[in-house]
Amino acid sequence: MEIGPYILLASLEGAVTAAVLALTAVGLSLVFGVMRVVNVAHGEFFMLGAVLAWWVAQSVGGHPAVGFAAALVIAPLLVAAIAVVADMTVLKRIEYDPERTIVATIGILYIIQQVTLMTYGPDARPVEPPFNTRLAIPWFEFVDGKFQMYWPWGLSTTSYKLSVIAAAGVVLVGVWLMMARTKIGLLMRATQLDRETALAFGIPVERIYAIVFGMGAGLAALAAVLIVPIQQAHYLMGGDPLLLSFIVVIIGGLGSLPGTVLAAILIGLSDGIISVFFSPTLAKILATLLVALVLVFRPQGLFGVKTR
Amino acid sequence: MLELDKINAGYGGAQILRDVSLSVAPGEIVCLLGRNGAGKTTTMKAIMGLVPLMSGAVRLNGADLSSLPAHKVPGHGVGYIPQGRRLFSELTVAQNLEIGLMVRKSGADVLNGVLDLFPRLRERLDQRAQTLSGGEQQMLATARALCIEPSYLLLDEPTEGLQPSMIEAIRQVIVVMRDRGVGILLVEQRIDAVLSVADRVAFIENGHNLETLDADVLRKDHSVIERHLGV
Repeated sequence: MEIGPYILLASLEGAVTAAVLALTAVGLSLVFGVMRVVNVAHGEFFMLGAVLAWWVAQSVGGHPAVGFAAALVIAPLLVAAIAVVADMTVLKRIEYDPERTIVATIGILYIIQQVTLMTYGPDARPVEPPFNTRLAIPWFEFVDGKFQMYWPWGLSTTSYKLSVIAAAGVVLVGVWLMMARTKIGLLMRATQLDRETALAFGIPVERIYAIVFGMGAGLAALAAVLIVPIQQAHYLMGGDPLLLSFIVVIIGGLGSLPGTVLAAILIGLSDGIISVFFSPTLAKILATLLVALVLVFRPQGLFGVKTR
Repeated sequence: MLELDKINAGYGGAQILRDVSLSVAPGEIVCLLGRNGAGKTTTMKAIMGLVPLMSGAVRLNGADLSSLPAHKVPGHGVGYIPQGRRLFSELTVAQNLEIGLMVRKSGADVLNGVLDLFPRLRERLDQRAQTLSGGEQQMLATARALCIEPSYLLLDEPTEGLQPSMIEAIRQVIVVMRDRGVGILLVEQRIDAVLSVADRVAFIENGHNLETLDADVLRKDHSVIERHLGV
């Protein structure tokens, strides 16, 4: 087989990574943008989403689609509720001080991780996808100068993977519409732009913070529910999404949603392609190197606005 | 009546205001004068609940504002026009005004009334706040506060860095609001601008009250101003 089908296959895998990464990173970016705090526990909210998805799917039983649909709704809501509680009991008490928030969320990270280990255990467990048809992908070749289609062996994707990409796209559009068109989005943006003036105009900033923190965690959990039929739920699975989300958010520009999505596509696709042709480790090395370069030459991120 | 009763306030360990007392009646313009760093802006933030009080109280018609969380204060009818305008820069003019309207769930009639005072904003409703000129930004900051339907207005250096025609426009609006019975607390550096509108002038120095005088007295006798401000 020539190189073309391999690149297509790697891009498709990369697109799935990118879709899930975009959701996770937008959650992190939202929290950073509005609240100006770094949430180190973000990856654990992702992991919690996956583990809860397994738990919900197990408890519901029946057809895989029923369990998965229930998980898709319940897991993100539960994780969001846990995040809201963490916000009100911990972050609010330390007044969202940037340094203390980092330390506090490291604490939350370990609490969530170890509680999961103690209850769910160290195993990796799959959730059955609601549907999973194998879709062969055609490729073309020129035989004696004539265009010809053929189906190379191994070049395929599944209906589930394609729908993950579509679902992520729909959710991202939803987040954008909420920020741009709704009253709660307006209040969030006002809080992001000037917290003190927001207070002086009656915006309940603490409640907005709780909602944003919950939403950020919920988005990570939703991303995890989407990926868990492909990847399996495990109590240590939060590390990679956290690292990649930070990479994406820094490259995209802290607090810039369009930048975050574009950077997620860039990093997700290159991660997929480099992983297939070389190694996943090299993909991470290159992505981290890119972050270093961005921080040196364009600290506000590729799409961020310079703060005056 | 908006009353400050012996308030002590500051940031963290640093106390800025010491036993500051002040009152503003409906339909009255009280001007706060003092050197840089005297505590004028902190006084306004203390009224809004943005700086925590160590002791004392801020009362509005007898209701204790200082016991409320900061976001509940504007709902009692206190409009704040902060120093440096502090607009929501990436939002449009209309969205900035909408946030003001939300405070007391005011409707389109309030918005129209405000836009009648600032016709230039009506032409720029879909423009981002940061793209407005300095004078228009000040108009927007003022209009946003008026959308609260305030019974008291706090203006922190509203004419800073503006051209004379804009200063006059802002002054006109202040006078209109006073005539409608709004109590106004004004921080202003330009003494001539103060004396042309103020009913009373309160001097503040190093976070302490000095005397509060009728503006008429100052208009006749400039020596008091020179004594307190050293100008």
